Amino acid sequence: MINHIDLSTVLRRTVCDLYSNLVTRPTGAAVRGAIETQLAELGGRTVTVIDFSNVGLLDYSCADEVVAKLLLPYCDDCPPRDAYFLFRGMSETHLDALEHVLERHRLALVLQQEDGAPTIVGAVSEAERRTWDASLAVGGGTSREIGGAAGLATEEVEMVLEGLARRRLMMRIDDQWVAVGAPL
Amino acid sequence: MTTVINVPPSLDDVTFEQVLDQLAPLPADEKILVDARHARWASPFGLTALLTLAQTRAERPAFAPPEADETVSYWNRTGFFRYATELFDIVGSAPRQKPAGESDVLLEITPIAKSDDVHEVVGRIQQKAQHILTRELNLDAKATMGFAMTLSEACQNIVEHAGRGGWVAVQTYKWTKRLGRRVVVIAVCDAGVGFRQSLESAPGRTRSDRWDDAMALEEAVVRGVSRFRDPGRGQGLAGVRRYVGRWDGKLSVRSGTARIAIVPTWDDDVALREGLAPFSGAQMQITIPERTAGR
Repeated sequence: MINHIDLSTVLRRTVCDLYSNLVTRPTGAAVRGAIETQLAELGGRTVTVIDFSNVGLLDYSCADEVVAKLLLPYCDDCPPRDAYFLFRGMSETHLDALEHVLERHRLALVLQQEDGAPTIVGAVSEAERRTWDASLAVGGGTSREIGGAAGLATEEVEMVLEGLARRRLMMRIDDQWVAVGAPL
Repeated sequence: MTTVINVPPSLDDVTFEQVLDQLAPLPADEKILVDARHARWASPFGLTALLTLAQTRAERPAFAPPEADETVSYWNRTGFFRYATELFDIVGSAPRQKPAGESDVLLEITPIAKSDDVHEVVGRIQQKAQHILTRELNLDAKATMGFAMTLSEACQNIVEHAGRGGWVAVQTYKWTKRLGRRVVVIAVCDAGVGFRQSLESAPGRTRSDRWDDAMALEEAVVRGVSRFRDPGRGQGLAGVRRYVGRWDGKLSVRSGTARIAIVPTWDDDVALREGLAPFSGAQMQITIPERTAGR
Protein backbone atom coordinates (compact mmCIF):
# COMPACT_ATOMS: atom_id res chain seq x y z
CA MET A 1 0.00 0.00 0.00
CA ILE A 2 1.28 3.48 -0.86
CA ASN A 3 0.42 6.31 1.49
CA HIS A 4 1.04 9.97 0.62
CA ILE A 5 1.76 12.66 3.21
CA ASP A 6 2.07 16.30 2.20
CA LEU A 7 4.17 17.79 4.99
CA SER A 8 2.97 21.30 4.30
CA THR A 9 -0.64 20.20 4.84
CA VAL A 10 0.30 18.34 8.01
CA LEU A 11 2.14 21.43 9.27
CA ARG A 12 -0.83 23.70 8.65
CA ARG A 13 -3.30 21.25 10.13
CA THR A 14 -1.36 20.38 13.26
CA VAL A 15 0.57 23.53 14.14
CA CYS A 16 -0.73 26.67 12.45
CA ASP A 17 -2.51 27.21 9.15
CA LEU A 18 -0.28 30.23 8.44
CA TYR A 19 3.03 28.39 8.64
CA SER A 20 4.96 27.12 5.64
CA ASN A 21 8.36 26.64 7.29
CA LEU A 22 9.41 23.56 9.18
CA VAL A 23 11.38 25.24 11.95
CA THR A 24 11.77 24.58 15.70
CA ARG A 25 11.70 21.33 17.62
CA PRO A 26 8.13 21.66 18.97
CA THR A 27 6.86 22.11 15.40
CA GLY A 28 8.85 19.11 14.22
CA ALA A 29 7.62 16.97 17.09
CA ALA A 30 3.99 17.92 16.35
CA VAL A 31 4.36 17.11 12.65
CA ARG A 32 6.08 13.79 13.41
CA GLY A 33 3.29 12.96 15.86
CA ALA A 34 0.70 13.53 13.13
CA ILE A 35 2.63 11.31 10.70
CA GLU A 36 2.93 8.54 13.30
CA THR A 37 -0.81 8.75 13.96
CA GLN A 38 -1.49 8.26 10.24
CA LEU A 39 0.94 5.36 10.08
CA ALA A 40 -0.67 3.69 13.08
CA GLU A 41 -3.97 3.56 11.20
CA LEU A 42 -2.42 1.61 8.34
CA GLY A 43 -1.94 -2.13 8.43
CA GLY A 44 0.44 -4.44 6.59
CA ARG A 45 3.42 -3.36 4.56
CA THR A 46 3.27 0.29 3.53
CA VAL A 47 5.39 2.71 1.56
CA THR A 48 4.78 6.26 2.74
CA VAL A 49 5.70 9.09 0.41
CA ILE A 50 6.67 12.12 2.48
CA ASP A 51 6.37 15.18 0.31
CA PHE A 52 8.36 18.34 1.07
CA SER A 53 7.29 20.16 -2.13
CA ASN A 54 5.40 22.94 -0.40
CA VAL A 55 7.65 23.31 2.61
CA GLY A 56 9.62 26.57 2.65
CA LEU A 57 12.45 26.29 5.11
CA LEU A 58 13.63 23.23 7.01
CA ASP A 59 16.04 23.89 9.85
CA TYR A 60 18.34 21.38 11.54
CA SER A 61 16.26 21.04 14.68
CA CYS A 62 13.07 20.39 12.77
CA ALA A 63 14.81 17.98 10.37
CA ASP A 64 15.99 16.07 13.42
CA GLU A 65 12.50 15.95 14.91
CA VAL A 66 10.54 15.18 11.74
CA VAL A 67 12.86 12.90 9.80
CA ALA A 68 15.49 11.41 12.12
CA LYS A 69 13.13 10.67 14.99
CA LEU A 70 10.56 9.27 12.58
CA LEU A 71 13.06 6.87 10.99
CA LEU A 72 14.99 5.79 14.09
CA PRO A 73 12.39 3.38 15.56
CA TYR A 74 11.93 1.73 12.16
CA CYS A 75 15.65 1.01 11.92
CA ASP A 76 15.54 -0.77 15.25
CA ASP A 77 15.46 -4.55 15.77
CA CYS A 78 11.73 -4.39 16.49
CA PRO A 79 10.22 -1.74 14.20
CA PRO A 80 6.71 -0.57 15.13
CA ARG A 81 5.32 -1.78 11.77
CA ASP A 82 6.43 -2.84 8.31
CA ALA A 83 6.72 0.68 6.96
CA TYR A 84 9.05 2.13 4.34
CA PHE A 85 9.55 5.75 3.40
CA LEU A 86 10.16 7.60 0.17
CA PHE A 87 10.95 11.31 0.41
CA ARG A 88 10.25 13.73 -2.40
CA GLY A 89 10.09 17.45 -3.18
CA MET A 90 13.30 18.27 -1.32
CA SER A 91 15.22 21.38 -2.33
CA GLU A 92 18.96 21.81 -2.01
CA THR A 93 18.50 23.74 1.24
CA HIS A 94 16.21 21.04 2.68
CA LEU A 95 18.91 18.52 1.85
CA ASP A 96 21.60 20.65 3.39
CA ALA A 97 19.87 20.48 6.78
CA LEU A 98 18.84 16.87 6.37
CA GLU A 99 22.19 15.42 5.35
CA HIS A 100 23.86 16.62 8.54
CA VAL A 101 21.05 15.21 10.63
CA LEU A 102 21.21 11.84 8.86
CA GLU A 103 24.98 11.67 9.25
CA ARG A 104 24.71 12.46 12.93
CA HIS A 105 22.36 9.52 13.51
CA ARG A 106 24.01 7.28 10.88
CA LEU A 107 20.67 7.14 9.06
CA ALA A 108 19.85 7.07 5.36
CA LEU A 109 16.69 7.52 3.34
CA VAL A 110 15.45 7.18 -0.21
CA LEU A 111 14.83 10.44 -2.01
CA GLN A 112 12.87 10.70 -5.22
CA GLN A 113 14.67 13.30 -7.31
CA GLU A 114 13.02 15.85 -9.59
CA ASP A 115 13.25 13.50 -12.58
CA GLY A 116 11.53 10.79 -10.56
CA ALA A 117 14.64 8.65 -10.10
CA PRO A 118 15.24 7.46 -6.53
CA THR A 119 18.58 7.85 -4.79
CA ILE A 120 19.95 7.20 -1.32
CA VAL A 121 20.84 10.15 0.90
CA GLY A 122 22.66 9.95 4.21
CA ALA A 123 25.12 7.60 5.86
CA VAL A 124 25.70 4.56 3.64
CA SER A 125 28.77 2.45 3.02
CA GLU A 126 30.22 1.94 -0.43
CA ALA A 127 28.93 -1.66 -0.48
CA GLU A 128 25.45 -0.54 0.54
CA ARG A 129 25.33 2.09 -2.17
CA ARG A 130 26.60 -0.31 -4.81
CA THR A 131 24.12 -2.95 -3.81
CA TRP A 132 21.20 -0.56 -3.68
CA ASP A 133 22.08 1.02 -7.03
CA ALA A 134 22.50 -2.42 -8.60
CA SER A 135 19.15 -3.54 -7.31
CA LEU A 136 17.54 -0.45 -8.76
CA ALA A 137 19.29 -0.93 -12.09
CA VAL A 138 18.17 -4.55 -12.51
CA GLY A 139 14.67 -3.85 -11.23
CA GLY A 140 15.14 -6.01 -8.13
CA GLY A 141 15.91 -9.70 -7.96
CA THR A 142 17.42 -12.45 -5.86
CA SER A 143 20.54 -11.81 -3.82
CA ARG A 144 22.52 -13.74 -6.41
CA GLU A 145 21.22 -11.54 -9.24
CA ILE A 146 21.84 -8.33 -7.33
CA GLY A 147 25.25 -9.54 -6.22
CA GLY A 148 26.14 -10.22 -9.84
CA ALA A 149 25.04 -6.76 -10.89
CA ALA A 150 26.90 -5.14 -7.99
CA GLY A 151 30.03 -7.19 -8.49
CA LEU A 152 29.81 -8.60 -4.97
CA ALA A 153 29.89 -12.19 -3.76
CA THR A 154 26.48 -13.65 -2.88
CA GLU A 155 27.38 -14.09 0.81
CA GLU A 156 28.51 -10.49 1.06
CA VAL A 157 25.55 -9.07 -0.83
CA GLU A 158 23.13 -11.06 1.35
CA MET A 159 24.57 -9.40 4.42
CA VAL A 160 24.38 -5.99 2.80
CA LEU A 161 20.80 -6.56 1.63
CA GLU A 162 19.76 -7.62 5.14
CA GLY A 163 21.32 -4.44 6.47
CA LEU A 164 19.59 -2.29 3.87
CA ALA A 165 16.26 -3.91 4.69
CA ARG A 166 16.83 -3.26 8.37
CA ARG A 167 17.48 0.38 7.47
CA ARG A 168 14.17 0.47 5.50
CA LEU A 169 16.00 1.14 2.22
CA MET A 170 15.22 -2.25 0.67
CA MET A 171 12.16 -4.50 0.77
CA ARG A 172 12.21 -8.28 0.75
CA ILE A 173 9.32 -9.95 -1.05
CA ASP A 174 9.76 -13.73 -0.70
CA ASP A 175 13.21 -14.38 -2.20
CA GLN A 176 13.23 -11.12 -4.16
CA TRP A 177 14.81 -7.87 -3.06
CA VAL A 178 13.41 -4.53 -4.24
CA ALA A 179 14.91 -1.11 -3.59
CA VAL A 180 12.47 1.31 -1.95
CA GLY A 181 11.37 3.78 -4.62
CA ALA A 182 11.92 1.36 -7.49
CA PRO A 183 9.04 1.20 -9.96
CA LEU A 184 6.99 -1.88 -9.08
CA MET B 1 21.35 56.64 45.26
CA THR B 2 21.41 56.15 41.49
CA THR B 3 24.58 55.08 39.71
CA VAL B 4 25.08 56.39 36.20
CA ILE B 5 26.19 53.85 33.61
CA ASN B 6 27.63 55.57 30.58
CA VAL B 7 26.88 54.16 27.16
CA PRO B 8 29.84 54.68 24.78
CA PRO B 9 29.28 56.76 21.63
CA SER B 10 29.50 53.67 19.46
CA LEU B 11 27.82 50.66 21.05
CA ASP B 12 28.56 47.20 19.71
CA ASP B 13 29.57 43.80 21.05
CA VAL B 14 33.07 45.06 21.90
CA THR B 15 32.18 48.39 23.52
CA PHE B 16 29.28 46.85 25.41
CA GLU B 17 31.98 45.43 27.69
CA GLN B 18 32.53 49.00 28.93
CA VAL B 19 28.90 49.06 30.06
CA LEU B 20 29.27 45.72 31.81
CA ASP B 21 32.51 46.80 33.48
CA GLN B 22 30.66 49.72 35.07
CA LEU B 23 27.82 47.44 36.10
CA ALA B 24 29.96 44.65 37.58
CA PRO B 25 30.58 46.15 41.07
CA LEU B 26 26.90 47.06 41.58
CA PRO B 27 24.37 44.83 43.31
CA ALA B 28 21.38 43.90 41.11
CA ASP B 29 19.01 45.92 43.27
CA GLU B 30 20.96 49.15 43.00
CA LYS B 31 19.18 51.83 41.04
CA ILE B 32 21.02 52.67 37.83
CA LEU B 33 20.62 55.24 35.09
CA VAL B 34 21.80 54.00 31.71
CA ASP B 35 22.98 57.19 30.11
CA ALA B 36 22.94 56.96 26.32
CA ARG B 37 22.83 60.72 25.72
CA HIS B 38 26.19 60.70 23.97
CA ALA B 39 25.57 57.56 21.98
CA ARG B 40 25.69 58.10 18.22
CA TRP B 41 25.47 54.60 16.87
CA ALA B 42 24.51 51.12 18.06
CA SER B 43 24.70 47.73 16.43
CA PRO B 44 21.83 45.23 16.76
CA PHE B 45 23.94 43.58 19.48
CA GLY B 46 24.27 46.85 21.39
CA LEU B 47 20.54 47.52 21.34
CA THR B 48 19.38 44.03 22.22
CA ALA B 49 22.06 43.82 24.92
CA LEU B 50 20.76 47.05 26.49
CA LEU B 51 17.29 45.53 26.75
CA THR B 52 18.82 42.38 28.19
CA LEU B 53 20.71 44.44 30.73
CA ALA B 54 17.42 45.94 31.95
CA GLN B 55 16.04 42.42 32.41
CA THR B 56 18.91 41.54 34.75
CA ARG B 57 18.19 44.37 37.19
CA ALA B 58 16.09 43.79 40.29
CA GLU B 59 15.40 47.53 40.52
CA ARG B 60 13.84 49.00 37.37
CA PRO B 61 16.61 51.05 35.72
CA ALA B 62 16.29 54.51 34.22
CA PHE B 63 17.36 55.30 30.68
CA ALA B 64 18.44 58.57 29.12
CA PRO B 65 17.96 58.36 25.32
CA PRO B 66 20.55 59.65 22.85
CA GLU B 67 20.54 63.40 22.31
CA ALA B 68 21.18 63.26 18.59
CA ASP B 69 17.94 63.24 16.63
CA GLU B 70 19.18 60.89 13.93
CA THR B 71 20.37 58.42 16.57
CA VAL B 72 17.02 58.45 18.35
CA SER B 73 15.29 58.13 15.02
CA TYR B 74 17.36 55.07 14.08
CA TRP B 75 16.97 53.43 17.49
CA ASN B 76 13.25 54.05 17.18
CA ARG B 77 13.13 52.44 13.74
CA THR B 78 14.80 49.33 15.17
CA GLY B 79 11.92 49.01 17.65
CA PHE B 80 14.21 49.68 20.61
CA PHE B 81 11.93 52.16 22.36
CA ARG B 82 8.89 49.89 21.99
CA TYR B 83 10.53 47.56 24.52
CA ALA B 84 12.74 50.06 26.35
CA THR B 85 9.63 51.83 27.64
CA GLU B 86 8.51 48.55 29.19
CA LEU B 87 11.85 47.85 30.85
CA PHE B 88 13.28 51.26 31.74
CA ASP B 89 11.99 54.48 33.22
CA ILE B 90 12.73 56.78 30.30
CA VAL B 91 14.24 60.13 31.26
CA GLY B 92 12.34 62.77 29.32
CA SER B 93 9.94 61.53 26.71
CA ALA B 94 10.37 58.46 24.56
CA PRO B 95 9.98 59.10 20.84
CA ARG B 96 6.63 58.32 19.26
CA GLN B 97 6.75 54.76 18.05
CA LYS B 98 6.09 53.58 14.55
CA PRO B 99 3.78 50.60 14.24
CA ALA B 100 5.75 47.34 14.12
CA GLY B 101 6.70 46.24 10.64
CA GLU B 102 6.94 49.71 9.11
CA SER B 103 10.67 49.97 9.54
CA ASP B 104 13.47 49.90 6.98
CA VAL B 105 15.65 47.67 9.19
CA LEU B 106 16.00 44.05 8.17
CA LEU B 107 14.45 42.66 11.32
CA GLU B 108 13.32 45.00 14.06
CA ILE B 109 14.09 44.05 17.64
CA THR B 110 11.71 41.19 18.35
CA PRO B 111 11.09 39.37 21.61
CA ILE B 112 11.69 35.62 21.52
CA ALA B 113 10.12 33.46 24.17
CA LYS B 114 8.42 30.56 22.42
CA SER B 115 8.49 28.47 19.27
CA ASP B 116 5.82 30.61 17.56
CA ASP B 117 8.10 33.64 17.86
CA VAL B 118 10.76 31.80 15.86
CA HIS B 119 8.22 31.05 13.11
CA GLU B 120 7.31 34.72 13.10
CA VAL B 121 10.88 36.03 12.70
CA VAL B 122 11.77 33.42 10.09
CA GLY B 123 8.69 34.36 8.08
CA ARG B 124 9.50 38.06 8.32
CA ILE B 125 13.18 37.71 7.44
CA GLN B 126 12.44 35.60 4.37
CA GLN B 127 10.33 38.40 2.92
CA LYS B 128 13.04 41.02 3.39
CA ALA B 129 16.32 39.14 3.24
CA GLN B 130 16.39 37.82 -0.31
CA HIS B 131 16.77 41.20 -1.96
CA ILE B 132 19.26 42.58 0.56
CA LEU B 133 21.48 39.52 0.75
CA THR B 134 21.70 38.96 -2.98
CA ARG B 135 21.73 42.56 -4.25
CA GLU B 136 23.49 44.44 -1.48
CA LEU B 137 25.80 41.77 -0.08
CA ASN B 138 26.32 39.84 -3.33
CA LEU B 139 25.56 36.59 -1.59
CA ASP B 140 24.41 33.56 -3.49
CA ALA B 141 20.62 33.06 -3.52
CA LYS B 142 21.28 29.85 -1.56
CA ALA B 143 22.66 31.98 1.25
CA THR B 144 19.21 33.43 1.94
CA MET B 145 17.65 30.15 3.03
CA GLY B 146 20.74 29.31 5.05
CA PHE B 147 20.54 32.72 6.66
CA ALA B 148 16.95 32.10 7.76
CA MET B 149 17.97 28.68 9.07
CA THR B 150 20.80 30.24 11.03
CA LEU B 151 18.46 32.84 12.45
CA SER B 152 16.01 30.12 13.41
CA GLU B 153 18.62 28.05 15.22
CA ALA B 154 20.07 31.06 17.01
CA CYS B 155 16.62 32.08 18.27
CA GLN B 156 15.81 28.53 19.31
CA ASN B 157 18.73 28.64 21.66
CA ILE B 158 16.65 31.04 23.75
CA VAL B 159 13.49 28.94 23.57
CA GLU B 160 15.27 25.68 24.35
CA HIS B 161 17.87 26.72 26.89
CA ALA B 162 17.59 30.24 28.31
CA GLY B 163 14.66 29.68 30.64
CA ARG B 164 13.36 33.16 29.94
CA GLY B 165 12.65 35.33 26.92
CA GLY B 166 15.22 37.24 24.95
CA TRP B 167 15.63 39.43 21.89
CA VAL B 168 16.66 39.19 18.28
CA ALA B 169 17.50 41.88 15.74
CA VAL B 170 19.01 41.84 12.25
CA GLN B 171 20.47 44.74 10.34
CA THR B 172 22.83 45.45 7.48
CA TYR B 173 25.31 48.29 7.53
CA LYS B 174 28.68 49.24 6.17
CA TRP B 175 31.36 48.16 8.60
CA THR B 176 33.84 50.82 7.67
CA LYS B 177 36.19 50.57 10.64
CA ARG B 178 37.04 46.90 10.60
CA LEU B 179 36.12 45.65 7.17
CA GLY B 180 35.27 48.41 4.73
CA ARG B 181 32.40 46.33 3.42
CA ARG B 182 28.72 45.89 4.09
CA VAL B 183 27.74 43.24 6.60
CA VAL B 184 24.54 41.66 7.78
CA VAL B 185 24.44 41.13 11.52
CA ILE B 186 22.19 38.91 13.61
CA ALA B 187 22.14 39.63 17.34
CA VAL B 188 20.39 37.27 19.74
CA CYS B 189 20.56 38.17 23.43
CA ASP B 190 18.93 36.77 26.53
CA ALA B 191 19.28 37.16 30.27
CA GLY B 192 18.57 33.51 30.99
CA VAL B 193 20.62 30.82 32.66
CA GLY B 194 23.59 30.95 30.28
CA PHE B 195 25.59 28.09 28.81
CA ARG B 196 27.35 26.93 31.97
CA GLN B 197 24.22 26.51 34.03
CA SER B 198 22.37 25.00 31.09
CA LEU B 199 25.02 22.30 30.62
CA GLU B 200 25.22 21.72 34.37
CA SER B 201 21.56 20.69 34.26
CA ALA B 202 22.37 17.75 31.95
CA PRO B 203 21.31 14.50 33.63
CA GLY B 204 24.21 12.50 35.05
CA ARG B 205 26.76 15.16 34.23
CA THR B 206 30.06 14.77 36.07
CA ARG B 207 32.00 17.91 36.70
CA SER B 208 35.59 18.12 35.60
CA ASP B 209 38.31 19.95 37.54
CA ARG B 210 38.19 22.85 35.13
CA TRP B 211 34.62 23.92 34.70
CA ASP B 212 33.71 27.51 34.01
CA ASP B 213 31.91 29.73 31.51
CA ALA B 214 34.73 29.45 28.97
CA MET B 215 34.72 25.68 29.05
CA ALA B 216 30.93 25.59 28.80
CA LEU B 217 31.12 27.79 25.70
CA GLU B 218 33.82 25.60 24.17
CA GLU B 219 31.70 22.50 24.76
CA ALA B 220 28.52 23.98 23.34
CA VAL B 221 29.84 26.09 20.48
CA VAL B 222 32.87 24.08 19.36
CA ARG B 223 31.94 20.52 20.32
CA GLY B 224 28.15 20.73 19.93
CA VAL B 225 27.42 19.48 23.47
CA SER B 226 23.89 20.04 24.75
CA ARG B 227 22.22 19.58 28.13
CA PHE B 228 19.98 16.96 26.50
CA ARG B 229 21.16 13.35 26.20
CA ASP B 230 19.40 13.02 22.87
CA PRO B 231 22.19 12.54 20.27
CA GLY B 232 20.28 14.72 17.82
CA ARG B 233 20.76 17.75 20.04
CA GLY B 234 23.49 20.30 19.56
CA GLN B 235 23.00 20.44 15.80
CA GLY B 236 21.63 23.97 15.81
CA LEU B 237 24.84 25.70 16.86
CA ALA B 238 26.86 23.32 14.69
CA GLY B 239 24.70 24.42 11.76
CA VAL B 240 25.24 28.08 12.62
CA ARG B 241 29.00 27.44 12.67
CA ARG B 242 28.90 25.74 9.28
CA TYR B 243 26.90 28.59 7.75
CA VAL B 244 29.27 31.19 9.16
CA GLY B 245 32.25 29.24 7.84
CA ARG B 246 30.75 28.84 4.39
CA TRP B 247 30.12 32.56 3.97
CA ASP B 248 33.35 33.76 5.61
CA GLY B 249 31.40 35.12 8.54
CA LYS B 250 32.04 35.54 12.23
CA LEU B 251 30.24 33.99 15.19
CA SER B 252 30.72 35.20 18.73
CA VAL B 253 28.94 34.00 21.83
CA ARG B 254 29.23 35.60 25.25
CA SER B 255 27.96 33.91 28.37
CA GLY B 256 28.71 34.63 32.01
CA THR B 257 32.31 35.83 32.16
CA ALA B 258 33.57 34.43 28.85
CA ARG B 259 33.22 35.02 25.16
CA ILE B 260 34.09 32.62 22.36
CA ALA B 261 34.44 33.53 18.71
CA ILE B 262 34.86 31.77 15.41
CA VAL B 263 37.11 34.35 13.83
CA PRO B 264 37.47 34.77 10.05
CA THR B 265 40.69 35.99 8.45
CA TRP B 266 39.33 39.52 7.99
CA ASP B 267 38.97 40.02 11.75
CA ASP B 268 41.59 40.17 14.50
CA ASP B 269 39.38 39.19 17.42
CA VAL B 270 40.66 36.56 19.83
CA ALA B 271 39.00 33.14 19.89
CA LEU B 272 38.39 33.04 23.63
CA ARG B 273 38.16 35.77 26.23
CA GLU B 274 37.90 34.89 29.90
CA GLY B 275 37.51 36.89 33.07
CA LEU B 276 35.04 39.37 31.61
CA ALA B 277 32.55 41.25 33.75
CA PRO B 278 29.73 38.84 34.64
CA PHE B 279 26.49 39.09 32.68
CA SER B 280 23.49 36.77 32.81
CA GLY B 281 22.36 34.62 29.92
CA ALA B 282 23.88 34.32 26.49
CA GLN B 283 24.55 36.91 23.81
CA MET B 284 25.25 35.78 20.29
CA GLN B 285 26.32 37.73 17.24
CA ILE B 286 26.58 36.42 13.69
CA THR B 287 28.23 38.64 11.09
CA ILE B 288 28.16 37.81 7.39
CA PRO B 289 30.20 40.13 5.15
CA GLU B 290 29.45 41.32 1.66
CA ARG B 291 31.10 39.12 -0.93
CA THR B 292 33.61 40.85 -3.09
CA ALA B 293 35.44 39.64 -6.20
CA GLY B 294 37.76 36.78 -5.29
CA ARG B 295 36.17 36.15 -1.89
